[in-house]
Amino acid sequence: MNDPMIPAPFRVKRTRKELEDTFTLELAPIRNSRPFHFSAGQFNMLYVHGVGEVPISISGDPGDPSVLVHTTRSVGTVTDAMWKLKQGDTIGIRGPFGTSWPVVEAEGSDVVIVTGGIGLAPLRPAIYHIITNRKRYGNVVILYGARTPEDILYRREIERWRSRLDIDVEVTVDRATGHWAGNVGVVTKLVSRGGFDPSQTVAMVCGPEIMMRYCVQALNDQGVANDRIYVSMERNMKCAVGFCGHCQFGQAFVCKDGPVFRFDAIERDFYVREL
Amino acid sequence: MVELKSIADLVRDNPFFAGLSEEYLELISGCGANESFAAGSFLFREGGSADKFYVIRHGGVALEMYQPGREPIILQTRRDGDIMGWSWFIPPYRWEWDARALQLTRVVSFDAICLRGKLESDPAFGYEMMKRFIPVIHDRMKAARLQMIDMYGGGAR
Repeated sequence: MNDPMIPAPFRVKRTRKELEDTFTLELAPIRNSRPFHFSAGQFNMLYVHGVGEVPISISGDPGDPSVLVHTTRSVGTVTDAMWKLKQGDTIGIRGPFGTSWPVVEAEGSDVVIVTGGIGLAPLRPAIYHIITNRKRYGNVVILYGARTPEDILYRREIERWRSRLDIDVEVTVDRATGHWAGNVGVVTKLVSRGGFDPSQTVAMVCGPEIMMRYCVQALNDQGVANDRIYVSMERNMKCAVGFCGHCQFGQAFVCKDGPVFRFDAIERDFYVREL
Repeated sequence: MVELKSIADLVRDNPFFAGLSEEYLELISGCGANESFAAGSFLFREGGSADKFYVIRHGGVALEMYQPGREPIILQTRRDGDIMGWSWFIPPYRWEWDARALQLTRVVSFDAICLRGKLESDPAFGYEMMKRFIPVIHDRMKAARLQMIDMYGGGAR
Protein backbone atom coordinates (compact mmCIF):
# COMPACT_ATOMS: atom_id res chain seq x y z
CA MET A 1 0.00 0.00 0.00
CA ASN A 2 1.34 3.43 -0.92
CA ASP A 3 -0.15 6.56 0.66
CA PRO A 4 -3.05 5.13 2.69
CA MET A 5 -5.03 8.34 2.30
CA ILE A 6 -5.07 8.33 -1.51
CA PRO A 7 -7.71 6.15 -3.15
CA ALA A 8 -6.61 3.94 -6.01
CA PRO A 9 -8.98 3.74 -8.97
CA PHE A 10 -10.73 0.43 -9.50
CA ARG A 11 -13.12 -0.58 -12.25
CA VAL A 12 -16.44 -2.29 -11.59
CA LYS A 13 -16.23 -5.70 -13.24
CA ARG A 14 -19.62 -6.94 -12.13
CA THR A 15 -22.50 -6.03 -9.85
CA ARG A 16 -24.92 -8.50 -8.35
CA LYS A 17 -28.10 -8.03 -6.35
CA GLU A 18 -27.92 -10.40 -3.40
CA LEU A 19 -31.07 -9.42 -1.49
CA GLU A 20 -33.69 -6.71 -1.67
CA ASP A 21 -31.34 -4.17 -0.07
CA THR A 22 -27.97 -5.88 -0.47
CA PHE A 23 -25.57 -6.06 -3.40
CA THR A 24 -22.08 -7.20 -4.34
CA LEU A 25 -19.46 -5.34 -6.33
CA GLU A 26 -16.59 -7.13 -8.04
CA LEU A 27 -13.72 -4.75 -8.70
CA ALA A 28 -10.37 -4.79 -10.50
CA PRO A 29 -7.51 -2.27 -10.29
CA ILE A 30 -7.09 0.11 -13.22
CA ARG A 31 -3.57 1.53 -12.92
CA ASN A 32 -1.57 -1.54 -12.14
CA SER A 33 -2.15 -5.18 -12.60
CA ARG A 34 -0.82 -6.17 -9.20
CA PRO A 35 -3.14 -8.53 -7.39
CA PHE A 36 -4.96 -7.12 -4.36
CA HIS A 37 -3.76 -9.09 -1.35
CA PHE A 38 -5.69 -8.94 1.90
CA SER A 39 -6.33 -11.00 5.01
CA ALA A 40 -9.74 -12.38 5.92
CA GLY A 41 -11.57 -9.85 8.06
CA GLN A 42 -9.93 -6.68 6.73
CA PHE A 43 -11.86 -3.79 5.21
CA ASN A 44 -11.43 -1.13 2.52
CA MET A 45 -12.57 2.47 2.28
CA LEU A 46 -14.71 2.73 -0.85
CA TYR A 47 -14.98 6.18 -2.41
CA VAL A 48 -17.81 6.97 -4.80
CA HIS A 49 -16.58 9.99 -6.76
CA GLY A 50 -18.29 13.17 -5.70
CA VAL A 51 -20.47 11.44 -3.15
CA GLY A 52 -18.37 10.14 -0.28
CA GLU A 53 -16.41 7.33 1.30
CA VAL A 54 -17.50 4.40 3.46
CA PRO A 55 -15.73 1.48 5.13
CA ILE A 56 -16.82 -1.92 3.80
CA SER A 57 -15.42 -5.32 4.73
CA ILE A 58 -13.86 -7.40 2.01
CA SER A 59 -16.02 -10.43 1.31
CA GLY A 60 -14.11 -12.24 -1.42
CA ASP A 61 -11.62 -15.08 -1.39
CA PRO A 62 -8.20 -14.11 0.00
CA GLY A 63 -6.80 -16.92 -2.13
CA ASP A 64 -7.96 -15.17 -5.30
CA PRO A 65 -6.48 -11.67 -5.24
CA SER A 66 -7.33 -11.02 -8.89
CA VAL A 67 -10.75 -9.69 -7.96
CA LEU A 68 -11.80 -7.51 -5.06
CA VAL A 69 -15.26 -8.34 -3.75
CA HIS A 70 -17.45 -6.22 -1.49
CA THR A 71 -20.97 -7.03 -0.38
CA THR A 72 -22.89 -4.26 1.30
CA ARG A 73 -26.33 -3.09 2.15
CA SER A 74 -27.80 0.07 0.70
CA VAL A 75 -28.35 2.13 3.81
CA GLY A 76 -27.28 5.70 2.99
CA THR A 77 -26.17 8.20 0.38
CA VAL A 78 -22.84 6.57 -0.44
CA THR A 79 -24.03 2.97 -0.53
CA ASP A 80 -27.12 4.03 -2.51
CA ALA A 81 -24.79 5.64 -5.08
CA MET A 82 -22.59 2.55 -5.01
CA TRP A 83 -25.52 0.36 -5.92
CA LYS A 84 -26.15 2.51 -8.99
CA LEU A 85 -22.64 1.84 -10.33
CA LYS A 86 -22.52 -0.19 -13.51
CA GLN A 87 -19.97 -2.43 -15.15
CA GLY A 88 -17.05 -0.28 -16.31
CA ASP A 89 -17.64 2.56 -13.82
CA THR A 90 -14.78 3.55 -11.54
CA ILE A 91 -14.59 3.71 -7.76
CA GLY A 92 -11.78 4.69 -5.39
CA ILE A 93 -10.32 2.16 -2.99
CA ARG A 94 -8.12 2.70 0.06
CA GLY A 95 -6.95 -0.35 1.90
CA PRO A 96 -6.81 -3.03 3.01
CA PHE A 97 -7.02 -1.90 6.63
CA GLY A 98 -7.38 -3.47 10.03
CA THR A 99 -6.88 -6.76 11.79
CA SER A 100 -7.95 -10.14 10.51
CA TRP A 101 -9.71 -13.30 11.62
CA PRO A 102 -7.34 -15.74 13.39
CA VAL A 103 -7.41 -18.34 10.65
CA VAL A 104 -3.76 -19.28 11.19
CA GLU A 105 -3.97 -19.27 15.01
CA ALA A 106 -7.05 -21.52 14.76
CA GLU A 107 -5.20 -24.29 12.95
CA GLY A 108 -5.42 -27.50 14.95
CA SER A 109 -8.56 -26.31 16.72
CA ASP A 110 -12.26 -26.72 16.12
CA VAL A 111 -13.72 -23.60 14.54
CA VAL A 112 -17.15 -22.19 15.22
CA ILE A 113 -18.35 -19.37 13.02
CA VAL A 114 -21.43 -17.59 14.29
CA THR A 115 -22.89 -14.90 12.13
CA GLY A 116 -26.11 -13.14 11.32
CA GLY A 117 -27.54 -10.99 8.57
CA ILE A 118 -24.93 -9.20 6.51
CA GLY A 119 -22.33 -10.22 9.12
CA LEU A 120 -21.67 -13.23 6.91
CA ALA A 121 -19.94 -10.99 4.36
CA PRO A 122 -16.90 -10.11 6.54
CA LEU A 123 -16.61 -13.75 7.61
CA ARG A 124 -16.86 -15.27 4.15
CA PRO A 125 -13.12 -14.77 3.42
CA ALA A 126 -12.32 -16.72 6.60
CA ILE A 127 -14.70 -19.49 5.51
CA TYR A 128 -13.00 -19.62 2.08
CA HIS A 129 -9.61 -19.88 3.75
CA ILE A 130 -10.76 -22.64 6.11
CA ILE A 131 -12.37 -24.62 3.29
CA THR A 132 -9.23 -24.30 1.16
CA ASN A 133 -7.13 -25.53 4.06
CA ARG A 134 -9.75 -27.82 5.57
CA LYS A 135 -7.29 -30.46 6.80
CA ARG A 136 -5.61 -27.97 9.12
CA TYR A 137 -8.71 -27.64 11.31
CA GLY A 138 -10.76 -29.87 13.57
CA ASN A 139 -14.54 -29.72 13.44
CA VAL A 140 -15.84 -26.72 11.54
CA VAL A 141 -19.27 -25.41 12.44
CA ILE A 142 -20.97 -22.51 10.66
CA LEU A 143 -24.08 -21.07 12.31
CA TYR A 144 -25.99 -18.39 10.45
CA GLY A 145 -29.08 -16.40 11.36
CA ALA A 146 -31.22 -14.20 9.15
CA ARG A 147 -34.41 -12.24 9.52
CA THR A 148 -36.49 -14.40 7.13
CA PRO A 149 -35.74 -17.14 4.58
CA GLU A 150 -35.78 -14.42 1.89
CA ASP A 151 -33.00 -12.56 3.73
CA ILE A 152 -30.45 -15.38 3.71
CA LEU A 153 -27.26 -13.96 2.21
CA TYR A 154 -25.20 -16.07 -0.23
CA ARG A 155 -27.90 -18.74 -0.09
CA ARG A 156 -26.55 -20.93 -2.90
CA GLU A 157 -23.10 -20.81 -1.39
CA ILE A 158 -24.43 -21.78 2.04
CA GLU A 159 -26.18 -24.71 0.39
CA ARG A 160 -22.88 -25.75 -1.21
CA TRP A 161 -21.06 -25.54 2.12
CA ARG A 162 -23.86 -27.51 3.69
CA SER A 163 -23.57 -30.26 1.10
CA ARG A 164 -19.95 -30.87 2.09
CA LEU A 165 -19.45 -33.75 4.45
CA ASP A 166 -16.75 -32.05 6.50
CA ILE A 167 -18.53 -28.90 7.69
CA ASP A 168 -21.62 -28.56 9.89
CA VAL A 169 -23.78 -25.73 8.63
CA GLU A 170 -26.94 -24.65 10.42
CA VAL A 171 -29.20 -21.79 9.40
CA THR A 172 -32.00 -20.25 11.39
CA VAL A 173 -34.39 -17.39 10.72
CA ASP A 174 -36.30 -15.11 13.06
CA ARG A 175 -39.57 -15.33 11.18
CA ALA A 176 -41.04 -17.71 8.65
CA THR A 177 -44.26 -19.09 7.31
CA GLY A 178 -45.22 -22.67 6.47
CA HIS A 179 -43.04 -23.03 3.36
CA TRP A 180 -39.87 -22.97 5.44
CA ALA A 181 -38.85 -26.34 6.83
CA GLY A 182 -35.64 -25.12 8.47
CA ASN A 183 -34.95 -23.69 11.91
CA VAL A 184 -36.84 -20.74 13.33
CA GLY A 185 -35.32 -19.04 16.34
CA VAL A 186 -32.28 -17.02 17.30
CA VAL A 187 -28.80 -17.99 16.17
CA THR A 188 -27.65 -18.29 19.79
CA LYS A 189 -29.90 -21.32 20.14
CA LEU A 190 -27.80 -23.09 17.50
CA VAL A 191 -24.65 -22.58 19.59
CA SER A 192 -26.08 -24.77 22.34
CA ARG A 193 -26.29 -27.74 19.97
CA GLY A 194 -22.51 -28.03 20.12
CA GLY A 195 -20.55 -30.08 17.63
CA PHE A 196 -17.23 -28.72 18.90
CA ASP A 197 -14.86 -29.19 21.83
CA PRO A 198 -15.20 -25.94 23.82
CA SER A 199 -11.68 -26.06 25.25
CA GLN A 200 -10.17 -26.57 21.80
CA THR A 201 -12.39 -24.21 19.84
CA VAL A 202 -11.77 -20.85 18.23
CA ALA A 203 -15.01 -18.93 17.71
CA MET A 204 -15.41 -16.14 15.16
CA VAL A 205 -18.50 -14.01 15.59
CA CYS A 206 -19.80 -11.27 13.32
CA GLY A 207 -23.16 -9.57 13.20
CA PRO A 208 -25.09 -6.83 14.91
CA GLU A 209 -23.54 -6.00 18.28
CA ILE A 210 -26.61 -7.21 20.16
CA MET A 211 -26.36 -10.55 18.39
CA MET A 212 -22.65 -10.81 19.22
CA ARG A 213 -23.37 -10.03 22.88
CA TYR A 214 -25.75 -12.94 23.20
CA CYS A 215 -23.55 -15.20 21.07
CA VAL A 216 -20.61 -14.62 23.40
CA GLN A 217 -22.85 -15.57 26.34
CA ALA A 218 -24.01 -18.70 24.52
CA LEU A 219 -20.40 -19.66 23.69
CA ASN A 220 -19.39 -19.04 27.31
CA ASP A 221 -22.29 -21.23 28.44
CA GLN A 222 -20.86 -23.98 26.25
CA GLY A 223 -17.45 -23.52 27.87
CA VAL A 224 -15.65 -21.47 25.21
CA ALA A 225 -13.40 -18.95 27.01
CA ASN A 226 -13.27 -15.29 25.98
CA ASP A 227 -9.64 -15.59 24.85
CA ARG A 228 -10.84 -18.05 22.18
CA ILE A 229 -13.67 -15.84 20.93
CA TYR A 230 -13.10 -13.20 18.23
CA VAL A 231 -15.63 -10.55 17.24
CA SER A 232 -15.69 -7.97 14.46
CA MET A 233 -16.71 -4.53 15.68
CA GLU A 234 -18.40 -1.89 13.58
CA ARG A 235 -17.87 1.81 14.26
CA ASN A 236 -17.93 5.02 12.24
CA MET A 237 -14.54 4.69 10.52
CA LYS A 238 -13.34 7.71 8.54
CA CYS A 239 -9.56 7.89 8.09
CA ALA A 240 -9.00 4.13 8.57
CA VAL A 241 -5.49 4.66 9.93
CA GLY A 242 -6.10 5.77 13.52
CA PHE A 243 -5.68 9.54 13.01
CA CYS A 244 -9.13 10.99 13.21
CA GLY A 245 -10.53 9.16 16.23
CA HIS A 246 -14.03 8.72 14.80
CA CYS A 247 -13.97 5.01 15.51
CA GLN A 248 -12.46 5.20 18.99
CA PHE A 249 -13.68 2.34 21.15
CA GLY A 250 -12.32 2.70 24.66
CA GLN A 251 -8.56 2.71 24.28
CA ALA A 252 -8.68 1.16 20.82
CA PHE A 253 -9.36 2.44 17.35
CA VAL A 254 -11.58 0.02 15.52
CA CYS A 255 -9.96 0.91 12.17
CA LYS A 256 -6.41 -0.06 13.14
CA ASP A 257 -6.68 -2.15 16.32
CA GLY A 258 -9.76 -3.90 14.90
CA PRO A 259 -12.20 -4.51 13.38
CA VAL A 260 -11.45 -8.06 14.56
CA PHE A 261 -10.74 -8.21 18.29
CA ARG A 262 -10.10 -11.07 20.62
CA PHE A 263 -13.02 -10.74 22.97
CA ASP A 264 -11.09 -10.72 26.24
CA ALA A 265 -9.19 -7.66 25.00
CA ILE A 266 -12.35 -5.59 24.67
CA GLU A 267 -14.65 -7.33 27.09
CA ARG A 268 -14.80 -4.44 29.55
CA ASP A 269 -15.52 -1.81 26.89
CA PHE A 270 -17.95 -4.08 25.08
CA TYR A 271 -20.39 -3.79 27.95
CA VAL A 272 -20.01 0.00 28.37
CA ARG A 273 -23.24 1.32 26.90
CA GLU A 274 -21.92 4.74 25.90
CA LEU A 275 -19.07 3.42 23.74
CA MET B 1 -28.01 -54.40 15.50
CA VAL B 2 -29.78 -51.12 16.22
CA GLU B 3 -29.86 -50.34 19.89
CA LEU B 4 -33.19 -48.88 20.97
CA LYS B 5 -33.04 -46.59 23.93
CA SER B 6 -35.67 -47.13 26.56
CA ILE B 7 -37.65 -44.18 27.86
CA ALA B 8 -35.80 -44.50 31.16
CA ASP B 9 -32.43 -44.23 29.35
CA LEU B 10 -33.61 -41.25 27.36
CA VAL B 11 -34.79 -39.49 30.51
CA ARG B 12 -31.48 -40.22 32.25
CA ASP B 13 -29.46 -38.95 29.28
CA ASN B 14 -31.36 -35.70 28.75
CA PRO B 15 -29.71 -32.78 30.60
CA PHE B 16 -33.16 -31.44 31.42
CA PHE B 17 -33.67 -34.24 33.93
CA ALA B 18 -30.11 -34.22 35.32
CA GLY B 19 -29.89 -34.26 39.10
CA LEU B 20 -33.30 -35.82 39.72
CA SER B 21 -33.39 -38.68 42.21
CA GLU B 22 -33.87 -42.24 41.00
CA GLU B 23 -37.35 -42.22 42.46
CA TYR B 24 -38.39 -39.21 40.42
CA LEU B 25 -36.65 -40.43 37.28
CA GLU B 26 -38.59 -43.67 37.52
CA LEU B 27 -41.80 -41.80 38.15
CA ILE B 28 -41.31 -39.59 35.10
CA SER B 29 -40.24 -42.50 32.92
CA GLY B 30 -43.37 -44.34 33.98
CA CYS B 31 -45.48 -41.47 32.62
CA GLY B 32 -43.67 -41.50 29.25
CA ALA B 33 -44.77 -43.07 25.97
CA ASN B 34 -43.15 -43.18 22.54
CA GLU B 35 -45.06 -41.46 19.75
CA SER B 36 -44.24 -40.60 16.17
CA PHE B 37 -45.70 -37.94 13.90
CA ALA B 38 -45.57 -37.86 10.12
CA ALA B 39 -44.32 -34.70 8.42
CA GLY B 40 -47.11 -32.13 8.43
CA SER B 41 -49.13 -33.73 11.21
CA PHE B 42 -49.85 -31.90 14.44
CA LEU B 43 -48.61 -32.86 17.88
CA PHE B 44 -51.12 -30.44 19.34
CA ARG B 45 -53.25 -27.52 18.27
CA GLU B 46 -54.15 -24.19 19.83
CA GLY B 47 -56.98 -24.50 22.34
CA GLY B 48 -56.53 -28.23 22.78
CA SER B 49 -56.10 -29.83 26.17
CA ALA B 50 -52.50 -29.49 27.36
CA ASP B 51 -52.18 -32.83 29.01
CA LYS B 52 -48.67 -33.74 27.84
CA PHE B 53 -45.19 -32.42 27.44
CA TYR B 54 -42.62 -33.75 25.01
CA VAL B 55 -38.97 -34.58 24.55
CA ILE B 56 -38.04 -34.75 20.87
CA ARG B 57 -36.07 -37.92 20.18
CA HIS B 58 -35.53 -37.24 16.51
CA GLY B 59 -36.97 -34.78 14.02
CA GLY B 60 -38.23 -31.24 14.09
CA VAL B 61 -41.35 -29.43 15.22
CA ALA B 62 -42.59 -25.96 14.28
CA LEU B 63 -44.51 -23.99 16.87
CA GLU B 64 -46.95 -21.97 14.83
CA MET B 65 -49.50 -19.24 15.27
CA TYR B 66 -52.61 -19.75 13.17
CA GLN B 67 -53.97 -16.67 11.42
CA PRO B 68 -57.27 -16.89 9.54
CA GLY B 69 -56.96 -16.61 5.77
CA ARG B 70 -53.17 -16.44 5.87
CA GLU B 71 -50.30 -18.80 6.26
CA PRO B 72 -49.45 -19.66 9.86
CA ILE B 73 -46.42 -17.88 11.28
CA ILE B 74 -43.68 -20.16 12.59
CA LEU B 75 -42.64 -18.75 15.93
CA GLN B 76 -39.82 -21.15 16.79
CA THR B 77 -38.69 -24.64 15.91
CA ARG B 78 -37.62 -27.47 18.17
CA ARG B 79 -35.10 -30.18 17.37
CA ASP B 80 -33.57 -33.33 18.83
CA GLY B 81 -33.34 -33.35 22.60
CA ASP B 82 -35.51 -30.26 23.08
CA ILE B 83 -38.24 -30.09 25.71
CA MET B 84 -41.56 -28.89 24.38
CA GLY B 85 -44.69 -27.73 26.16
CA TRP B 86 -45.32 -26.07 29.50
CA SER B 87 -49.02 -25.21 29.15
CA TRP B 88 -49.75 -28.36 31.15
CA PHE B 89 -48.34 -26.46 34.14
CA ILE B 90 -50.64 -23.46 33.81
CA PRO B 91 -54.43 -23.56 34.31
CA PRO B 92 -56.66 -23.93 32.38
CA TYR B 93 -54.16 -26.29 30.68
CA ARG B 94 -54.79 -25.30 27.04
CA TRP B 95 -52.21 -25.20 24.26
CA GLU B 96 -51.42 -21.65 23.13
CA TRP B 97 -49.99 -22.59 19.72
CA ASP B 98 -50.02 -25.30 17.10
CA ALA B 99 -47.11 -27.75 16.98
CA ARG B 100 -46.53 -29.28 13.53
CA ALA B 101 -43.98 -31.94 12.66
CA LEU B 102 -41.56 -30.61 10.02
CA GLN B 103 -40.45 -34.13 9.16
CA LEU B 104 -41.06 -37.58 10.54
CA THR B 105 -40.62 -36.85 14.23
CA ARG B 106 -40.28 -39.23 17.11
CA VAL B 107 -40.95 -38.00 20.62
CA VAL B 108 -41.47 -39.21 24.12
CA SER B 109 -44.68 -37.73 25.45
CA PHE B 110 -45.20 -37.48 29.18
CA ASP B 111 -48.65 -37.78 30.68
CA ALA B 112 -49.07 -34.46 32.46
CA ILE B 113 -52.31 -35.39 34.18
CA CYS B 114 -50.49 -38.18 35.99
CA LEU B 115 -47.55 -35.83 36.74
CA ARG B 116 -49.70 -32.91 37.91
CA GLY B 117 -51.23 -35.04 40.64
CA LYS B 118 -47.81 -36.12 41.81
CA LEU B 119 -46.46 -32.56 41.73
CA GLU B 120 -49.36 -31.38 43.90
CA SER B 121 -48.90 -34.11 46.46
CA ASP B 122 -45.09 -33.95 46.58
CA PRO B 123 -43.91 -30.32 46.76
CA ALA B 124 -40.24 -31.37 46.61
CA PHE B 125 -40.89 -33.04 43.26
CA GLY B 126 -42.94 -30.03 42.19
CA TYR B 127 -40.01 -27.73 43.00
CA GLU B 128 -37.52 -29.94 41.15
CA MET B 129 -39.71 -29.86 38.03
CA MET B 130 -40.30 -26.13 38.36
CA LYS B 131 -36.51 -25.56 38.57
CA ARG B 132 -36.21 -27.35 35.23
CA PHE B 133 -39.08 -25.72 33.42
CA ILE B 134 -38.36 -22.12 34.48
CA PRO B 135 -35.01 -22.02 32.57
CA VAL B 136 -36.76 -23.44 29.50
CA ILE B 137 -39.40 -20.70 29.73
CA HIS B 138 -36.66 -18.12 30.37
CA ASP B 139 -34.69 -19.21 27.31
CA ARG B 140 -37.77 -19.12 25.10
CA MET B 141 -38.71 -15.64 26.35
CA LYS B 142 -35.18 -14.36 25.78
CA ALA B 143 -35.17 -15.82 22.28
CA ALA B 144 -38.63 -14.39 21.53
CA ARG B 145 -37.46 -10.91 22.58
CA LEU B 146 -34.40 -11.12 20.36
CA GLN B 147 -36.56 -12.29 17.47
CA MET B 148 -38.88 -9.34 18.05
CA ILE B 149 -36.28 -6.60 17.74
CA ASP B 150 -35.28 -7.20 14.12
CA MET B 151 -31.60 -7.23 15.04
CA TYR B 152 -30.34 -7.92 11.53
CA GLY B 153 -31.64 -4.63 10.14
CA GLY B 154 -29.25 -1.66 10.01
CA GLY B 155 -25.57 -1.30 9.16
CA ALA B 156 -23.77 -1.62 5.85
CA ARG B 157 -20.80 -3.64 7.15
